[in-house]
Amino acid sequence: MEKIIAQKTVQVNEEGYLTNFAEWNKEIGEEIAKENNIVLSPKHWEVINYVQNEFKNEVPLTIRKIGKSGVVDIKEFYALFPVGPLKTATKIAGIPKPAGCI
Amino acid sequence: MSEYKGEIRKMMIILSKASIENVYAAFVLANGARMEGIEAEMFFTFFGLEALHNKKLDHLHVATVGNPAMHMPTMIGGLPGMEAFATSMMKKEMEKLDMPEVREFLDILKASGVKLWACKLAMEMFHYTKEDMYVDLDGVLTVGDFYKQAEGLGTHMLFI
Repeated sequence: MEKIIAQKTVQVNEEGYLTNFAEWNKEIGEEIAKENNIVLSPKHWEVINYVQNEFKNEVPLTIRKIGKSGVVDIKEFYALFPVGPLKTATKIAGIPKPAGCI
Repeated sequence: MSEYKGEIRKMMIILSKASIENVYAAFVLANGARMEGIEAEMFFTFFGLEALHNKKLDHLHVATVGNPAMHMPTMIGGLPGMEAFATSMMKKEMEKLDMPEVREFLDILKASGVKLWACKLAMEMFHYTKEDMYVDLDGVLTVGDFYKQAEGLGTHMLFI
């Protein structure tokens, strides 16, 4: 379905995840973050860049991988994105929600 | 189902067994709750305590006897080395799925904000002390204390 985020019309699924990463930009990320009560700091952006790179390299994301990323540890990750961290971070990053169970 | 429209706010997971398939089921459910923004606490009782015991938690096994889903006759499952073999096979498969070992999984759960409680009665029964257990254990609780922890709307309790 279509949705206007940060004055741009983008395609999203029923959970609000962008379905085409090419349509993503930083303003869209900031807008989705605001909807999730998050103000993005430079550290948030480091994590967002990391998950976007993993997505581009087709590496499935897990909480364990985040912990070993060298970008954040798991505790910091939860502090940055307190409610459902991987779900929220991927949504802001404009990539699909991770499909795994761990 | 009027409370939070039936939404789950907190999972209280009781682990009473230490065969690796049960331990992982409990850990995956606790981690999965946190990943969805749901609070999670775990209560380790009876043999479940082995998953917290420093000298035992790195050596948990798959149950090959009395486990019909192994598709292995009980007599064969009981042969020496069978449990170790089945365990190493399962660990290999789990590593492929990026499943951590038990100790690392406990670290992940703690870092994710899961509370880990040991059952007081079972601790006394096995003569364990807090010092025998995983270092980041939150404490030793009575059943009553654990129910107190569960207070609030949208809490669900699960026994494994």
